Amino acid sequence: MAKNSSSPVKSRAAGRRSPLASVALIVIGLMSTGGAYALFTSSATADSSVVKTQVVEEGAKLYAANCATCHGLNLEGSGTGPSLLGVGAAATQFQVGTGRMPLAASGPQAPQKPAQFTDAQVNALAAFVASKAPGPAAPTAAQLTASNDPAKGAELFRINCAMCHNVAGAGGALTEGKYAPSLSGVSAKYVWDAMVSGPQNMPVFNDNNISPEDKANIITYLKYLDKTPSVGGYDLGNLGPVSEGLFIWIFGLGTVVGITIWLTAKSN
Amino acid sequence: MGASVLTTATRSPAAPVEESRGSRFTGWAANYVDERTSISGLVKELGRKIFPDHWSFMLGEVALYSFVVILLSGTFLTFFFQASMTSVIYDGSYAPLKGIEMSNAMQSTLDISFDIRGGLLMRQIHHWAALLFIASIGLHMLRIYFTGAFRKPREINWVVGFILFILAMAEGFTGYSLPDDLLSGNGLRIIDGLIKGIPIVGTWISYLLFGSQFPGTDIVPRLFTLHILLLPAILVAALGIHLVLLVINKHTQFAGPGKTNNNVVGVPIMPTFAAKAGGFFFIIFGVIALIASLFTINPIWTYGPYDPSPVSAGTQPDWYIGFADGALRLVPPHLEWLWGPYTFSLNIFLPVVVLGLFIVVVMFYPFLEAWVTGDKREHHIADRPRNAPTRTAIGAAGVTFYAVLWGAASSDLIATHFLISIEGVITTLQILLIVGPIIAYFVTKRICIGLMKKDREIALHGYESGRIVRLPGGEYIEVHEQLDPYERWRLISFEDYQPLMVRPNAKGEITVAQRVRAGLSNWFFEDRIAPVSRTELAAAHGDAHGALEGDAGAHGAIGH
Repeated sequence: MAKNSSSPVKSRAAGRRSPLASVALIVIGLMSTGGAYALFTSSATADSSVVKTQVVEEGAKLYAANCATCHGLNLEGSGTGPSLLGVGAAATQFQVGTGRMPLAASGPQAPQKPAQFTDAQVNALAAFVASKAPGPAAPTAAQLTASNDPAKGAELFRINCAMCHNVAGAGGALTEGKYAPSLSGVSAKYVWDAMVSGPQNMPVFNDNNISPEDKANIITYLKYLDKTPSVGGYDLGNLGPVSEGLFIWIFGLGTVVGITIWLTAKSN
Repeated sequence: MGASVLTTATRSPAAPVEESRGSRFTGWAANYVDERTSISGLVKELGRKIFPDHWSFMLGEVALYSFVVILLSGTFLTFFFQASMTSVIYDGSYAPLKGIEMSNAMQSTLDISFDIRGGLLMRQIHHWAALLFIASIGLHMLRIYFTGAFRKPREINWVVGFILFILAMAEGFTGYSLPDDLLSGNGLRIIDGLIKGIPIVGTWISYLLFGSQFPGTDIVPRLFTLHILLLPAILVAALGIHLVLLVINKHTQFAGPGKTNNNVVGVPIMPTFAAKAGGFFFIIFGVIALIASLFTINPIWTYGPYDPSPVSAGTQPDWYIGFADGALRLVPPHLEWLWGPYTFSLNIFLPVVVLGLFIVVVMFYPFLEAWVTGDKREHHIADRPRNAPTRTAIGAAGVTFYAVLWGAASSDLIATHFLISIEGVITTLQILLIVGPIIAYFVTKRICIGLMKKDREIALHGYESGRIVRLPGGEYIEVHEQLDPYERWRLISFEDYQPLMVRPNAKGEITVAQRVRAGLSNWFFEDRIAPVSRTELAAAHGDAHGALEGDAGAHGAIGH
């Protein structure tokens, strides 16, 4: 599964270092030398087959109990839910991990809500879905931190993401009641998952579109926004001139009118 | 200060001995200045200008003081701002923009925000003050409109004030466009679209304005010249005319005991009002500074430099341009045609025309109303809005129209924050834009007339006190509390208008204009409540001053 998603990268960017390339190098290193990195790489790419089978079986049970009603017993989909063949671990991790799935009610868009499953269960479900058909993999910790250039990330964010999510990631409206959610406080792995799997109305940003390093840069920028306090004071939700205008009319002018009333009341 | 100088100067011959050295000096100085400038006449005229006390009369002052704050903070900004679109690589303090290519204008604005001491506070003061400036102008205009303070002799000052409002919006928009960030660039793109939407000549005008294909490299320096030179010069000149006319026309006042159409009751500028106004300036400055230090405005570092390809969700103009943005959002699609070699984009041109008409109607409303009512008298008593139901209703309709357009500018945020679909929001607002003003008109008019009826009732019969009294004969009555004469005066002193009669002119003809005018006048004054007349008042409680029997008599006389 991991090999499937990393293979186009290898063929494309032969001369450049990418996190997937380094992961692949490590795998090759392991195969040729074994030794000290065995533990580190085994958790990232290659589970021992026994553990893996157990996890997939666990995922299969969870799937059958919670997802099969709409998505079909063999992920083939039904009238009420799309086929999950080929959506990969990334999509599963995103949809289930952020609580969007299982869906509580049908509507224009599945809203984020408290997750129903533990991380281990989410991973099991993801492993199960990925075992049925190849699809985009969930990111490894190394991938998420492969690069940290917030300026590059910000530029890419403005070009690729801001038209729906707003420049500050505050979210925005889409058609027919759908919306791009706010990105503040969203875990790095879910941002990655969303980029590679394109949940709901979001387009897919595959590795040819935005390279894995640049995905990491975008995540760096979003984390920068989360961590850095607004330099100019309270940011009014980062919604731009509308919240500024509302503020000046309600609180600015409200205060001023209050003062005028106070001033003229005194003299009477 | 001025007044004390003045009084000392005029009184000094009468009592020369007792004055201290200080007052002798001021006297001498005042005399010195006056002999060379004859300024005492002006100081006397200005110093004795009377300001009646009502909170709503201070809104124009708020606008004036925020304008002063804008001038002060704007001057600071010009010391550091580079109005150039030369491309540079940013290397300032803000990490997420390091190494990014941007214009010199954007870079210098970022430097003001991050690397110049006090720069960000000044930027935020400037921007917040601008928002407050235009908001207070708006509220000030509403006050003038709804109290009828635009009537003769103040029609011209209304027009001047309205031009100030337009200039303020132009100042705001040019200033908003200067930093050359993503948001302002998108705003300029819309302006470019509006200009290009003008049939036939639009493209030419766009190239003329931008100096090339949008965005070019000329627009920021050009807007800068407009923003700090041309527009402020016109604005200050118009402001001067506005204030001079304010002095010449005198201030309006609300009806009250001792306040007539021929006097102004209030405080003279010198010395009390001037001191209060000076203090008020610092209060306004303080409020703006407080807001600017606590709340971010226009965080250009998040928007990033302008690049024609990205458009952020939630891209809106500042609030005062919102109505135009809303009009563009509400106009139905598919209104463009190709006639010959020319494209006619009515989906853009139509909103421009409608808004232009709206602005012209508001600007010339005083003349329209004067023509319809045929009222050529001077008015110095401000109307209570309820006493001019049709005008108030027209105003409410206009406010609704504006508010719907304004709200439409934030249709996407309404959709996301109230979890509704944006198409639903747009369709609802499209319907409201037409139906809303009509509903507002009728509802407001009915409310006004209802309030007038209530006023009349209270003026004639007093308040229901809730005290039930049994008379010796066994009859139960409720005692009505009478108003004191001051209160009652407020309720009954307004002018009574009648619809104009259609009369033939000197040639004995009844012109179409006459008929239209009579029709409009009829519409204006058809539904009206006459003010309580002297005889009615006497009949209602000539014998009803406080005494229980009197109350009962009045009660019976009206036939309750």
